[in-house]
Amino acid sequence: MSTRTPDGQERGRPPVVLPAGPDALLVELGSGEETEAFHAEVLRRRAAGELPGVREVVPAARTVLLDGIARDTAGLARELASWRVPPLRRDTGELVEIPVVYDGPDLAGVAEAWGVAVAEVARIHAGTGFRVAFCGFAPGFGYLTGLPDRFHLPRRATPRTRVPAGAVALAGPYTGVYPRPSPGGWQLIGRMPDPAALWNPDREPPALLAPGARVRFVEAGTGASTSTSTSTSTSTGTGTGMGTGTGMGTGTSTGTGTSTGTGAGA
Amino acid sequence: MSAGIEVVRAGALTTVQDEGRFGHAHLGVGRAGALDAPSARLANRLAGNPVTAALLETTATGCAVRPGRAVRVVVGGAPCRVTVDGRPVAWGAAVRVPAGAVLDAGPAAYGLRGYLAFSGGLEPEPVLGSRSADLLSGLGPAPLRDGDVLPLGPPAPVGAPYAGAVPWPGVPDELVLPVRFGPRHTWFTPAALRTLTTAAYRVSPHSNRIGLRTEGPALERARQGELPSEGMVLGAIQVPPDGRPVVFLNDHPTTGGYPVVGVVPEPALAAAARVVAGTVVRFVLGVR
Repeated sequence: MSTRTPDGQERGRPPVVLPAGPDALLVELGSGEETEAFHAEVLRRRAAGELPGVREVVPAARTVLLDGIARDTAGLARELASWRVPPLRRDTGELVEIPVVYDGPDLAGVAEAWGVAVAEVARIHAGTGFRVAFCGFAPGFGYLTGLPDRFHLPRRATPRTRVPAGAVALAGPYTGVYPRPSPGGWQLIGRMPDPAALWNPDREPPALLAPGARVRFVEAGTGASTSTSTSTSTSTGTGTGMGTGTGMGTGTSTGTGTSTGTGAGA
Repeated sequence: MSAGIEVVRAGALTTVQDEGRFGHAHLGVGRAGALDAPSARLANRLAGNPVTAALLETTATGCAVRPGRAVRVVVGGAPCRVTVDGRPVAWGAAVRVPAGAVLDAGPAAYGLRGYLAFSGGLEPEPVLGSRSADLLSGLGPAPLRDGDVLPLGPPAPVGAPYAGAVPWPGVPDELVLPVRFGPRHTWFTPAALRTLTTAAYRVSPHSNRIGLRTEGPALERARQGELPSEGMVLGAIQVPPDGRPVVFLNDHPTTGGYPVVGVVPEPALAAAARVVAGTVVRFVLGVR
């Protein structure tokens, strides 16, 4: 956990580097904020050519996995543990705007839990600057952070067997948008009119909500024709390459019988 | 592409695979790819293909196909009876199949996963740089169904290498998987770690391309509570609440919330793709 030094500076504990097999390292941080900052630093150093021989970088809630390491992992582990990581800047990164119609089935429940009027939920959510902390659960599903602590809510006691594509949802510290229909236990507050834009394998990057991107939700009235925009010109074709997959898990197991973990579900 | 491969009998689960999809784990996309990579590479080489060519991976029951043009085919991996229009032909070696003839790769005599490599390679549309089917994320070509036609690439100008006897990997009676502890072995009791590396487990019938599930003594946790979702590597031994280890194979999720007690190094995983349900599995502490 982070501590404050006498000069008032916030300083996290040093990262803990754990082995994950012969060619991967799992770096564990003290908080979500520190994890996002560390991930940003990994990407910065990789872009600068300072991190050769690492094939995959997978951020998650409190960890960053470096996989496919084609070099001395022990040496890299020492290097990672010694990094001094600047604090996360939430105001950098590509800005993605997601239009939302705030009419989800859990909207009233969320308003009650937040202690606000129903119309306020949209105002609060659309007024928050989000950032994609990491992806998972399904291709194109991003875990977005930025919602203040007092608005964090648990998952629904009973997950829904089917959440429609485009559903905008909340759980814990996260907000997410379901890229395709799947089971899910998050609180549904709205929907994105054009969910095909979330995932397009013919686009680079294929995920609209890739780790590090800044996100703003824009209230889109009630079903008016709207389109997704980003500050750079990304095409939003409709090819999804999906639809034949096995059922995604609700957090405890996938439809095909292999457990995938409680934290991965949405 | 003028010619294709028509699926006459799809079998229990037949998928198109190549070496897999890399560089997208951070977006929730795993690598997929042939589970028994050495067998898939050997089949491709004997068919005169680069090892990166896409081929078919069958599961237990084989499959039958009808090529639209004459093609060199290698059926390898799990040993099985192979016929062309009903006449027996060689397993594990290049066989010439005339246009319109039916090549049938029968059920596995032993072992589990078979490979059919066609000269020229299969060429369904790649997704994120790979033609592999990923059964977890639903990317790549769907599992085969009867009547499907798969595009075939042009055969390489240089033919298949001459090969006499070639060493196909065997199917182990007992699956021995080396383990390196971590990243979350400290979430388990010392007794559980001893159990993992000494007890006999069996391959569960619920195993699939996502994971090799096991049956056997449950591993007791030293630490309760939930682990925040974290990145998962190929070969990770994840322990769900029932305590039975699951070894992640190629279609594994890229993140998960159950603790990973150890990791099986990638080269040892091909043998895990060859064994049927009920096979004894032993996890042994890896030698550095």
